Amino acid sequence: MSLLEINHMKKGFGEVEVLKDISMKVEEGEVFGIIGPSGSGKSTLLRCATGLETPDSGEIHYNGTFGLVFQNFNLFPHFSVLKNIVDAPLRVQKRNKEEVYKEARELLKKMGLADKENAYPFQLSGGQQQRVSIARALAMKPDILFFDEPTSALDPELTGEILKVIKDLAAEHMTMVIVTHEMNFAKNVSNHIIFMDGGVIALQGTPEEVFGSDNERMKEFLGKFAEN
Amino acid sequence: MTVSIMLSKLGEGMVVTLMLFAVTLLFSLPLGLLVSFGRMAKNVVIRTIFKAYISIMRGTPLMLQLMVIYFGPYYIFGITNSPSWKNSAVAIGFVLNYAAYFAEIYRGGIESMPKGQYEAAQILGYSKAQTFMRIILPQVIKIILPSITNETITLVKDTSLAFTIGIMEMFTISKALAASQTTMLPYVFAGIFYYVFNLIVAFLLELLEKKLNYYR
Repeated sequence: MSLLEINHMKKGFGEVEVLKDISMKVEEGEVFGIIGPSGSGKSTLLRCATGLETPDSGEIHYNGTFGLVFQNFNLFPHFSVLKNIVDAPLRVQKRNKEEVYKEARELLKKMGLADKENAYPFQLSGGQQQRVSIARALAMKPDILFFDEPTSALDPELTGEILKVIKDLAAEHMTMVIVTHEMNFAKNVSNHIIFMDGGVIALQGTPEEVFGSDNERMKEFLGKFAEN
Repeated sequence: MTVSIMLSKLGEGMVVTLMLFAVTLLFSLPLGLLVSFGRMAKNVVIRTIFKAYISIMRGTPLMLQLMVIYFGPYYIFGITNSPSWKNSAVAIGFVLNYAAYFAEIYRGGIESMPKGQYEAAQILGYSKAQTFMRIILPQVIKIILPSITNETITLVKDTSLAFTIGIMEMFTISKALAASQTTMLPYVFAGIFYYVFNLIVAFLLELLEKKLNYYR
């Protein structure tokens, strides 16, 4: 069953056409990687899919709920770690308090942050903050979890801990859509990858198909990573 | 006249000053928030009206505003002022004036909030009201508190402007006593009163500031 289906989505900002004609399907249990050069429309695609931007045209169908993990975490600084996680399930979903707290503590444990529930976001490292924001998204029990470059705001030595969390979630068959610049990670964790270039999906398929492609733009793109 | 009689007369004025201070804060703080919404409205007509209101309130003397509000009904509409109108007029004048200043402080705070806070709240499904009350406003209050403290201290001193329309507050009584008793003493007492009042105001608001320092 596809949890998300996007048909012929277009989005421009003023004169600039950022998304030209995007159609894609995300299947249940799938890890869906989105790669491509800066300015290719990856983030705009994610922002349109999650309702943060309104597409100019096209259709978006959801079979379920979604969550989003931001590049800059966007934790609520005035809430403790625990409150960041429980507040929306309590206030928005109006779920049982005891159950929500219990699940939140389990999520923190899973994220390796069991001892941080009373800390405030400013007291945590970037990697820890990102793990809290993943826990906050998971506490809403979304059917799909989107990640918008989840490691881009982190120091290189902290990216590993986030990638590990995402890998663990993939092992649990969490449906995820991940925009990333981590090529090896995208290759290892995804079932399906789209390569975006100039506002269109230039290439898609399994990681082997995409990374082994003869597509000139793809080769050029991967070449840039090889140089670094 | 003995000093103790003088002090008891000044005491009556002190109560009036404190009431004017309390009433002004109580109403102008929430009203200022509403005015800031009007000032930030997407609708250009609403926005312009509130912008003009703020501009007039900040651009003309409070003393003049008090006189316009107090004497306006008589000169413009020919309505005879009832004795209680004086108290209402001074309260209305202070509230409207301070709401304009507070509105601009709120606006600065609200506009400084990162977009990501709104986006995170939207994704988590918070309603607009919840987003503002739970996520945005508490953070705004922390940011604007030093400016609010500043305005509040100014307000303590501004209450003396109520003497313009003959409200029997601290300063009005000091002036009357100084004239009738030919002594500077009432002014000394008044000065001490305003200063101590402001020390307490500053102390309490700094305490609140410290309390909000639990996060960054």
